[in-house]
Amino acid sequence: MPEQIETPSVAAAGSTRERVSGLLRWETALVVGLVAVVIFGSSISPEFFGSYNVFTLCTNIGDLAIMALPMTLIILTGEIDLSVASILAISAETMGVLIQHGWSMGPIFVVVIAIGIVCGLINGLLVTRVGLPSLAVTIGTLTLFRGLANVILGPNTVSSFPAPYNELGVNGFFGISWLSWSVAIFLVLAVITAGVLRMTPFGRSLYAIGLNQEAAFHAGIRVKRIKLGLYVLSGVVCALVGMLYAFELSSAGENIGIGFELQVITIVLLGGVSIFGGRGTILGVTLAAFIYAGLRSALLLGTSINENDYQVVSGALLILSVLVPNAATLARRANDLFKLRAQRQAGALRADSGG
Amino acid sequence: MTTAVQEQKQPVDEAADQRRVVDIVLRARTFGIVGVLALFVLITTVIQSRFLDGSNIRFVLAESAVYVVVAIGETCVILTRNVDLSVGSVVGLSAYLSANLFQAHHGIAIPLVFLVGIGIGTACGLVTGIITALCRVPSLVVTLAMLYIVRGVDTMLAGSNEVVASSLPNSFINIFNNTVLGVPDLAIAAIVMVALAAYYLRYFRSGRDLYAIGSDPEAAERAGIPIARRLLTAFVLSGALAGLGGVIWATQYNTINSTAATGLELQIVAAVVVGGVAIFGGSGSVIGAALGALLLQTITSALNVLGVASLWTEAIAGLLLIVAITLDRGIQLRLATALQRRKVRLGA
Repeated sequence: MPEQIETPSVAAAGSTRERVSGLLRWETALVVGLVAVVIFGSSISPEFFGSYNVFTLCTNIGDLAIMALPMTLIILTGEIDLSVASILAISAETMGVLIQHGWSMGPIFVVVIAIGIVCGLINGLLVTRVGLPSLAVTIGTLTLFRGLANVILGPNTVSSFPAPYNELGVNGFFGISWLSWSVAIFLVLAVITAGVLRMTPFGRSLYAIGLNQEAAFHAGIRVKRIKLGLYVLSGVVCALVGMLYAFELSSAGENIGIGFELQVITIVLLGGVSIFGGRGTILGVTLAAFIYAGLRSALLLGTSINENDYQVVSGALLILSVLVPNAATLARRANDLFKLRAQRQAGALRADSGG
Repeated sequence: MTTAVQEQKQPVDEAADQRRVVDIVLRARTFGIVGVLALFVLITTVIQSRFLDGSNIRFVLAESAVYVVVAIGETCVILTRNVDLSVGSVVGLSAYLSANLFQAHHGIAIPLVFLVGIGIGTACGLVTGIITALCRVPSLVVTLAMLYIVRGVDTMLAGSNEVVASSLPNSFINIFNNTVLGVPDLAIAAIVMVALAAYYLRYFRSGRDLYAIGSDPEAAERAGIPIARRLLTAFVLSGALAGLGGVIWATQYNTINSTAATGLELQIVAAVVVGGVAIFGGSGSVIGAALGALLLQTITSALNVLGVASLWTEAIAGLLLIVAITLDRGIQLRLATALQRRKVRLGA
C-alpha cells in the first residue's frame, strides 16, 4: 500500500510512455503499411481486387507464410534456419520420384514427414548437442539438402500428380474462389501458433530463451530440448509445404523453391521479429506476409517490374526492416559523437586561451 | 627482487607456452587439409590414373584461382565474426558487366576491364560495409539481402542477353590457359595474392585488428581498435576480390549470362571453413582457406574423372562444411581442456 502512495507520478509517467510506445508499435506501422499497399494496389490497377489476382496473390504468399511460422519461433530463440527452402526441395523432389514409381499418397505422406523429421534432427542436434552456431550449420545443410534433392531427382521434372491434389493450385479453399488452400492453412496455423506463443508456458519460454539464454536455463527451461524441437517442427512444416507447393505448381523439378529462405526471413524480420531473438509477434509476421504479397502483386500488375526485379525490392525490404528499428540507436550515437566533438573543441579552445 | 622477477616471468612463460600449444594445433589443422588432399589425390589416381595428367592438374589449378581469390576476401570478413553471403552475386555481376565491355567497346584494354570488375566489386562491398559496420546491423541479414539485390540488378541489366565467347578477344580468353613453366598464370597470381594477404594479416596492425575484433569485439573496442573502419575495410576487400574473381570467371567460362556464379557463396564459405577459419571469428589463415578451396575443387574434379555425376558436388560441399565445423568444435573443446590441465600442472 505505501508503495502505491509513494509512486503515483512514476506509474502515471510509465503508463503515458506505454501508451505512446503502444502507438509506435511495429504492428501499428505494419497496419498502416498494409493499408498503404492496398490503396496503392487498387489505384494502380482495377484488377488488383479481382478474384483471380487475389487468388494468385494468395497462392504466392501462403507457402512462404506457413514456413515463416516455425522460422519466427526459431528466430525468437535467437537461432536461425537457412535450410528451409532446401528441405522444401528435398521433400518435393522425393515426392516426385515416388509418384513416378507409382506410390500412392498415403506412404508418400509418411516418407515426406520422415524426411522433415530427419532434416530437422540433423540441424537441431548439430546446433544443440554439438554446440555449433546455427548460421554455419544451416548454411551447410542448405547446401547439403539442396544437393541431395538434385541427386534424388536429377535434371528431371515430374508434373503429373494424382487427381484431387493437382487442383490445389487452381481451385480455391472449399469453393471460395479467391482464397487459396495455402493461405487458409496458414491462417489456421497462425492462430494456433499465436495462441501457443501468448498463452502457454512453452510459448513464453521461447521469449525467455531469446532474451537471455543463460537466465532461461537457470530458471529451469530446457533450452536445448526446446530448440531441438523447434528445428524438427520447422523441418516437418517445410517438408509438408514442399508437397503443397509442388501440387500448386503441378511440377517438382530442379531448383524448386530456390531462394525461398530469403523471402521467409524477410517476412519474419519485416514482421518486427528481432534477429537477436526475444522480440516479435505472430500478428506482425502475418501482417508482413500480406504487405509483402500485396506489394509484389501491385508492382507486377501496375509497373514494368517483373518477377526477377522483385528480388531487389525483397532485399531492400529486408535491409530496411533491420535498419529502421536501429534508427533511434543510430541517431543517439551520432548525437553523442557530435557532443563529444563539440566538447573536445571547447576543451581545445580553453587550452589555447590558457596557454 | 629476484622473486619479483620470477613472479613476473611465470605468467609470461605460461602465456607463451599456451600460445605454442595453440600454434601446434593450428598448424596440425592446416597439415590435416594437406593430408586429406593428398589422400584424395592418391585414391583417385589409383582408380583412374588419368587424374594425375599434366593437363588435368593444370586445369584444376587454374580453375581453383577464382575460388582462392574470393576466399581470401571472405576469410577477412569471417575473421571478424561476420559473414559475406553476397560474393556469389558480386562475382556474377562483375563477370557479366566486364565481359560485356568487350561487346560495347571493341578493343578495350584488358587491364581496364580488370579495373572495372574490381571497381564493381568494391562498390558492392562498400554498400554492404557501410550498412553493416556503420549502422551495426547483423552482416548475415545485410549480405543475404545483398545477395539477392545484386543478383536482381544483374538480371535487370542483362535481361536474357548473353555474352558469348566469340565476342571476347583471344588474349582475354587465353588468360585462363596461359602457363609459365607449366604452371597456369592464374594459379601463380592466386599464390602471390595469398602470400600478400597472409603477410598483411600477420604483420600489419590493421590485419591483426581483424583477429582481435573476431576474438572479442567488446575487448577490441575497449582497446581502442576502430571497429567500424576495420569492418568496412574487410567488406570492401571482400567485395573487391569478388569483383576480381568475376573477371577471372569470365576468362574461364566465356559464355556469361545473368545466372553466372549462382550459389558460389556457399562453396566459398565451405572452402574457408573447411580450411580452418573459425566461423566464430578470431582464428584461421588465408593459407588454410586457399587449401580449403583447392580441396573442394580437387574433389569436384576427381568426381568428374571418376564418372560420378557432378550433381553430387553441392551435397559434398555441404557435408564437408558440416564435418569441418564439427571436427573444429571437437578440437576446440579438447584444446581448452588440455590448456586447463596444463595450467593446473604448472600452477602446482
